[in-house]
Amino acid sequence: METVKTVPERNVTVVPEARKKRKWTVDHWLAAAFLTPSVVLVFIFVYGFIGWTGYVSLSNWNSLVPDLSFAGLKNYIYLFHDFRFQADLRNTLVFTVLFIGVVIVLGQLLAILLDQKLRGESIFRNIFFFPMALSFVVTGVVWQWLLNPSTGVNLFLKKFGLDSKWYTDTTILAGFHLGKIEFGVPVAIVAVVIAAVWQMTGFAVAMYLAGLRAIPEEVREAARMDGATELQIYRKIIIPLLRPITVSVIIIMAHISLKIFDLIYAMTGPGANFVTDVPGVYMFETTFRGNYYANGAAIAMIMLLSVAIFIVPYLISSRKGGS
Amino acid sequence: MRQRAWSKLFLYVICIFMSLFFLMPIYVMLVTSVKPLDEVTLADMWKLPSTFDWSSYQTAFAKLAPNFWNSVYLVVPATLLSAMLGALNGYVLSKWKFKGADTIFTLILFGMFIPYQSILIPLIQFLREIGLYNTIPGLIFVHVVYGIPITTLMFRNFYAAIPDEMIESAKIDGAGFLRIFRYIMLPLSITGFVVVAIWQFTNIWNEFLFAVTITTSSQQPIMVALQNLSGSQIVQWNVQMAGALLAALPTLLVYIFLGKYFVRGLLAGSVKG
Repeated sequence: METVKTVPERNVTVVPEARKKRKWTVDHWLAAAFLTPSVVLVFIFVYGFIGWTGYVSLSNWNSLVPDLSFAGLKNYIYLFHDFRFQADLRNTLVFTVLFIGVVIVLGQLLAILLDQKLRGESIFRNIFFFPMALSFVVTGVVWQWLLNPSTGVNLFLKKFGLDSKWYTDTTILAGFHLGKIEFGVPVAIVAVVIAAVWQMTGFAVAMYLAGLRAIPEEVREAARMDGATELQIYRKIIIPLLRPITVSVIIIMAHISLKIFDLIYAMTGPGANFVTDVPGVYMFETTFRGNYYANGAAIAMIMLLSVAIFIVPYLISSRKGGS
Repeated sequence: MRQRAWSKLFLYVICIFMSLFFLMPIYVMLVTSVKPLDEVTLADMWKLPSTFDWSSYQTAFAKLAPNFWNSVYLVVPATLLSAMLGALNGYVLSKWKFKGADTIFTLILFGMFIPYQSILIPLIQFLREIGLYNTIPGLIFVHVVYGIPITTLMFRNFYAAIPDEMIESAKIDGAGFLRIFRYIMLPLSITGFVVVAIWQFTNIWNEFLFAVTITTSSQQPIMVALQNLSGSQIVQWNVQMAGALLAALPTLLVYIFLGKYFVRGLLAGSVKG
């Protein structure tokens, strides 16, 4: 597939260095030729395929036999009236907010801790980072057991008189009705959040540590001279300086959380009453298990949209800010 | 001074407590995987095994070995190809910029963030069409294509740190696009290759969505097989934990031995364009 285009044999007149006009030399053509296959691939496999999915989402293809006749917004309208999809949207929202919130607080806290020049710092750092090397599937399988209502952490908690059903719990905290669903925090989601936090906090720690290391010592020195306590230095100076990193962490965690699939698929599945279902799982099941391709495509397009809302402004602004 | 000592102690206590939280799953995984089945009971879950029983590893290995090798056949070529492609793209987009290069780069970058669900249906149709559906080469192709954004980004950032003067003087000496890449950029980018390779290796090894939708049974990579293991009727937790450990081992080893580069990749993956 990786066919490298040969350079068009232009007149190979070597442009003298003195003429600094933007004249394309053979080398420029070569450079463009080497980039072309990737650009073509990305345009087909990302943009072209997104377009095709969008087209499928507007079709009647809801069986094994492809039927691309135009259905209008039927599939989307169906989804927004669908109990399962409404529950998915609630779950995604709750999951994203809890997950990002905890990752940011914990990531910042651990990074600041590691920045205190403790002995054995590298050991602690390695311990906080290592889950990043694991697959969401492994995390899911292990935490599925740890948070199993009859085993795992519960045996431990029972000694303290606590008893939880974790991801099998169907309770929804502080609920009110919105559409067909109970809107609130499904307790079962908290179990998944714990596993996700365990896996992804290392990322935030790494980013915050890099940020902390980039703050020149003079900044702290100057504040100390002015009589600020260590706590004040963090609260008033360091943490505000870390804000751009927080933005990056939010963006990265949000796009992971909005499209999450494997962790939930491996750990809980949709759950009773869809308390732990997310669009990623629904899309997979409806498309590849139920053969409702058009419905699946519509879910995928909504997922894409939710990610794009975060990513597109970020990409545009980081391009302006960068180079 | 005394107060400082106390607060230091307090910090250690928090660090140790958090470390225990992070290590808890590993402890349970290890302990459970070496227990005989009759000891894998609710009450004994946290206890150390009375005897070491490696049979769960035998069972897990017998079940997962073919898929383990599938993953190896997948991850090695996919990593090498996508690193090579990323290096060339990064080189062009950092040292041979043309008008619109930054726009093209941003458009490529977007591909890194899309939920793959949004390209999955056409992708499967396409792979069926060209006869690569349910094959390891098909998966290699997919990972190379969707690896372009991240590898390009990483190499572009890496190459941006190499001074332009070096390229300019090489040009004056008569070196062209390919010679500069071969004799200047490549030797300077060993670290870049290590970082990108580790990143791609880890991601491709751990990937699940493509694997589960593009392959079936005998072609499945290890993560799908592990998931199937836990989906089976009788839940043998010791076998499952042994399986999880087997599936996690390659990336864990990479992390243990090349952790520095791993974290660098982590940071490079967080867009700085």
